[in-house]
Amino acid sequence: MGAFRPSLSVLWWVPRGIIFGLMAFFIFGPLFNMLLWTVTEKWYFPHALPLEYGFSAWKRVFEPRGGALESLGNSLVVAVLTVAVSLALAVPAGYALARLKLPLRSLILLAFLIPQAFPNLTVYVNVARIFYEIGLNGTIAGVVLVHVSHGLVYAVWIATAAFSAIDVELEQAARSIGAGAFRAFRDITLPLAAPGLLASAIFVFLESLDEFTGSYFVGAPDVNMLPLLLYTAGSGGNYQVASITALLLLVPSLIFMLIVERFLKADVLSRVGR
Amino acid sequence: MQSHSPLNFAGADSPAGHDRRAIGFGGVVSPLVGEMAGRPEGAFIGRSATVLSCTNNFTPSLLLVPSMPRRLLGLLLVLPALGVIALLFILPLVMSAIGAFQLDGGWGLGNFTKSIDLYAKDIVFTLGIVSLSTALIGAGAIAIGGYLTLGAHPVAVSILRFLYRWPMFIPFIVVGQILRTFLAKNGMMNNTAVSLGLMTPLDAMSFLDWRGIVIAFVWKQTPFVALLVAGAMASVNREGIEAAVNLGASRLRILFEIIVPQVITTLSVGLILSFVTMMSVLSVPLMINAQSPTMLTADIAFRVNAYGDYGVANALGLISLLLASSVAWIYLKISMKERA
Repeated sequence: MGAFRPSLSVLWWVPRGIIFGLMAFFIFGPLFNMLLWTVTEKWYFPHALPLEYGFSAWKRVFEPRGGALESLGNSLVVAVLTVAVSLALAVPAGYALARLKLPLRSLILLAFLIPQAFPNLTVYVNVARIFYEIGLNGTIAGVVLVHVSHGLVYAVWIATAAFSAIDVELEQAARSIGAGAFRAFRDITLPLAAPGLLASAIFVFLESLDEFTGSYFVGAPDVNMLPLLLYTAGSGGNYQVASITALLLLVPSLIFMLIVERFLKADVLSRVGR
Repeated sequence: MQSHSPLNFAGADSPAGHDRRAIGFGGVVSPLVGEMAGRPEGAFIGRSATVLSCTNNFTPSLLLVPSMPRRLLGLLLVLPALGVIALLFILPLVMSAIGAFQLDGGWGLGNFTKSIDLYAKDIVFTLGIVSLSTALIGAGAIAIGGYLTLGAHPVAVSILRFLYRWPMFIPFIVVGQILRTFLAKNGMMNNTAVSLGLMTPLDAMSFLDWRGIVIAFVWKQTPFVALLVAGAMASVNREGIEAAVNLGASRLRILFEIIVPQVITTLSVGLILSFVTMMSVLSVPLMINAQSPTMLTADIAFRVNAYGDYGVANALGLISLLLASSVAWIYLKISMKERA
């Protein structure tokens, strides 16, 4: 019996290997395919790999008329501003939802889900109509406002979870040795919640970078964003330009993926949405 | 624990029977609210504030816990964020709901009958695709989270931990683009199968239809829900699991009878967020399958772009709103029951 054990546990690597291999193929295959397209000069059916490689598409994308630099700049500015505005709104709201007894608390939490809960296409059409009236259509500020309304659910829910994961007694301790209310919040609660808040900032940032529908109706054609460039190139059949744009959108996403788990701890995660 | 001694006299050693959460905030609110209400601070002490005596002389001898003003402050802190939602989402949402009943010469249900006539198939298609994707995402998230929590081999667990998260933060529009090239008839998936000898080029078929949309949704959303679920599973009490292991329960049984019931709230939050996200995504159906039948989001964009037909677009929006809000309603009922 004892002699069979080691060989049996080695045999377990067969199903594991098959499952992990398939997962790796389906996760990295599309990404690898996209990387190939970014350096493809010529590639057609039925060839499994490109026939010619080169960087001419990169040159086209990054020349001044290519529009990529302008789109990249706009996307980054909008994402950073969206994070700033969202956190400024979400930190007080999250603190209140975590610490103060609010009437209809779960309804308020749910209210932030509304922009994610409803098909936003028709909403953005009507937002564009309102913004047109007040001169916000086709401006960075207009796009930022749309992205804030969309990203607030992450900001508020994660901020709430982050604040409620902090031991209340630490704050009480600071208060009882004479710290003012604001000081206790600034020196004790805020630093302790910082990893969770940073995680929520990352979610909001990526949500803004990803956002397509709102940017299209409120921003275009005055404010060009990366997703818009990707969509136009892709539907025009220009897979090289579309793949390069996709790569530009991917890099920040993957960097954040690698670091987000450091900030989003299990004690915060288990409280999201409560 | 440097803060241990002050912590003790403030919280644990003070007289029992009062709301601890209130202490930290008592002093904050009363002066502020006292000013706002335009009356002296003292006025609160005798009336709505609870007076707590503290055993220690270091601290102020009175901690004020006014219950109504604290609620007011809470609402004030939440209000700006809620205002943004109200002005930038609820107002246009109401406008689109009203617009759905607006006809050329007045009001009526014309837009809805037209929507049903033209797009009944797409409504069923959308609901089917999103429900199937949600079920697959849930199953995948439980499997991944369960293996991360209960997996026997540490190397296998860390391989999975490394693998599963990659698609999570990839934007939907990028997912649409890369899966379009991957799943196409001459895409990398078929090419690999052909070069491995699993099939001939003639057997190759395109997955760029409803299957492509489901694959894209599951590809992108499973890691997100799995991350939430795995986090919740990690904070489940290990003692119960170990006791079950000692009693000889199989890992599958432990997963479904001990762990999943304890993370069901987190799981349903993740699945609802995914459900509604998938209901609102425009880029994936546009890029993977824009022919009929397609998803409602693509139809709405088409009505607006091609015909400028805001009436039918708004009606379709209202229909998908009803589908999505029924799910949110289920969540609300579950969470209310849990808190009760």
